[in-house]
Amino acid sequence: MKKLALATALLVTPGLASAQTLTGTLKKIKETGTITLGHRESSVPFSYIDDKAKVIGYAMDICMKIVDAVKTELKMDKLEVKLVPVTSATRIPLIANGTVDLECGSTTNNVERQKQVAYTNTHFLTASAFVSKKANNLKKIDDLKGKTVVSTAGTTNIKQVVEANAARNLGMTVLPAKDHAEAFLLVELDRAAAFVMDDILLASLVASARDPSLYQLSDEAFSLPEPYGIMLRKDDAPFKALADKATSAFYRSAEGAQTYAKWFQSPIPPKGLNLNVPMNEKIKKIFSNPTDSPDPAAY
Amino acid sequence: MFSGFDFDVIWRSLPYLFWDGMSFTLMLTALSALGGLVLGTLLALMRLSNMRVLGAIATGYVNLMRSLPLVLVIFWFYFLVPYLGQMITGSERPLVVGAFSSALITFTLFEAAYFSEIMRAGIQSIPKGQVSAGYALGLTYRQVTGYIVLPQALRNMLPVILTQTIVLFQDTSLVYVLSITDFLGAASKVAQRDGRLIEMYLFAALVYFLISFAASRLVRALQAKTAIIR
Amino acid sequence: MTYNWNWGIFWEMSPEATGTYLDMLLMGLRWTIATALLAWVVALFFGSIVGVMRTLPGRTVSIIASAYVEFFRNIPLLVQLFLWYFVLPELLPKTAGMWLKQLPNAPFWTGAIGVGLYMSARIAEQLRAGIKSLPRGQAMAGTALGLTTVQTYRYVLLPMAFRIIMPPLTSEALNTVKNTSVALTIGLMELTARARAMQEFSFQVFEAFTAATILYLLLNAVVVFGMRRLEKSIAVPGYIAGK
Repeated sequence: MKKLALATALLVTPGLASAQTLTGTLKKIKETGTITLGHRESSVPFSYIDDKAKVIGYAMDICMKIVDAVKTELKMDKLEVKLVPVTSATRIPLIANGTVDLECGSTTNNVERQKQVAYTNTHFLTASAFVSKKANNLKKIDDLKGKTVVSTAGTTNIKQVVEANAARNLGMTVLPAKDHAEAFLLVELDRAAAFVMDDILLASLVASARDPSLYQLSDEAFSLPEPYGIMLRKDDAPFKALADKATSAFYRSAEGAQTYAKWFQSPIPPKGLNLNVPMNEKIKKIFSNPTDSPDPAAY
Repeated sequence: MFSGFDFDVIWRSLPYLFWDGMSFTLMLTALSALGGLVLGTLLALMRLSNMRVLGAIATGYVNLMRSLPLVLVIFWFYFLVPYLGQMITGSERPLVVGAFSSALITFTLFEAAYFSEIMRAGIQSIPKGQVSAGYALGLTYRQVTGYIVLPQALRNMLPVILTQTIVLFQDTSLVYVLSITDFLGAASKVAQRDGRLIEMYLFAALVYFLISFAASRLVRALQAKTAIIR
Repeated sequence: MTYNWNWGIFWEMSPEATGTYLDMLLMGLRWTIATALLAWVVALFFGSIVGVMRTLPGRTVSIIASAYVEFFRNIPLLVQLFLWYFVLPELLPKTAGMWLKQLPNAPFWTGAIGVGLYMSARIAEQLRAGIKSLPRGQAMAGTALGLTTVQTYRYVLLPMAFRIIMPPLTSEALNTVKNTSVALTIGLMELTARARAMQEFSFQVFEAFTAATILYLLLNAVVVFGMRRLEKSIAVPGYIAGK
């Protein structure tokens, strides 16, 4: 409420005429002097909370590049960055209802979601796989027949596993978990036989588990590698254009590759773990040739 | 897997649990109890007023809220409040509402239905003669309500109101479903991060128990005291 | 508003491919009903025992009973469900814990029994109040007739006490239905969880929640109607409820 009053006050202040020609998110940012970033709590290394309760990650770094671009574009000296934690299930409604301006995490970009939200350039590609305890010897999707399987609520992964369950007649019980950490915990506690998620997130969960040697990733994937994108509001062309420009300049620069290496090929907080995931051909392509396509076949 | 209890994990996370978590829980409880009581009293007055339409609106609202699970209401408001804010302020975009405000609005609106039932009973417990006497003295509706009816209704219902507040205190744990860091949220984050579920959940249960138990004892003592005065 | 309404969504196929989104919600409603019914049985069973124990003269018995009530009343339901679901199996011997975890429909059994135990404390308190509200002469008359304590409770006190507490029992029955939704936190796919899942799959937040709201209202109406019928059919002539 206070912010709104402030915004109206700014609006009638002479000398800030440019605010009136702006639209959508950019107008809001200019008026309120704040930009709200949605972040995740356990999407390592994209967006997560370290041991000092600080939000960090690869996607956060990219979002900060967009924030810088917004600041320059709007000629603002100060831009307050507000952080709002989101979950897989809340992120899309929170972008749509205006709570969050940019969602910086590990959100799959697909055609269906584009009915509600928009995405800027793809920052990663990952396929949907599952993790389970080595002792149970589960490698293929068909091995999950009749088992209890967990996935995170609100993800494309849970949808894919539900669809595969129906298509392959596997008779699995699919449990939705609130977040990745809870889902992995259910596997750790033997409440679920497997956790279906993007392979990169699974790899980082296993690496940071108390005993990584207990777990293995599946050989078979539920999907082609799918693109991750930073989410923003739909039908906001000027904001998207700005975000696209900022990210594509970032990916093409040396800093882009350095940032990738910082999160995927070096020790990261909180435990100094190194994920050791060098860029594959597809990821190299999105860095040299940034794109926001939702189609996995386009990569 | 969980060989041996690690009480150290509780000790280490105490500041986070209480400073971040419990303060959120207590703030939310206190503010939404207050807001719920005010709004609930208004609803009760609407239901008891002579204006049919107002009464019907209040009755409909109270019955709707009381028929829905709190979890569903939490989800409803979490997504709805920004749009409601937009409608109310006439802003051109949905209002930005933080986690705390969102939870506060939800619990205030939800608890108002329960508090309104309590206040309605309280108001109805005041002998009609007192109201008539007030009007005979030339007092207006506002004066009769504000000086005669509500103070007594509040005092008579204080133990019930406080008991409902203890229920509310326990219910705030449900913001867990929104990944908000209340006391339970903080405990479960530590539990999942350090793999210390047993310790953290038992500790959370113990803390909730001690606070609720002590509070309900106090309410009982208060009840005994007010009973003697009257 | 940046929201795309689509009320036709209910007739679209859900990703589970076993039916439409509407079917998905109705499946959730069925789980809600099943959970609430089992929870209600558990609540009545333990609530009656503990409620009676609290009115017995024995000191130990009544201390145990009030400890039971205080335990279940002063810990949030959500925390209680976590205790049963996450903590209990780890505290049991390994094989027993494993058996508990591998139980088919574990969230259902844990949820129903957890909600039932939570509600039982409230029913115990209602029943105690009901028994206490009976004139002392009734118990004395039972004893005078040579009935044992068990018989006095069975034939004299409980039938009357339960009739007296029918109205609060109705609202406790409604609370039981509503409380089953808390079990979504341990993975029970009941109505609220299904509405959530529908929202996540289809992104139609408000349609999904509206439908769930209507289904809860209908379910409430059925419970209230059923309890009223029961109340009428068991009413004792000569009492207010009996007319």
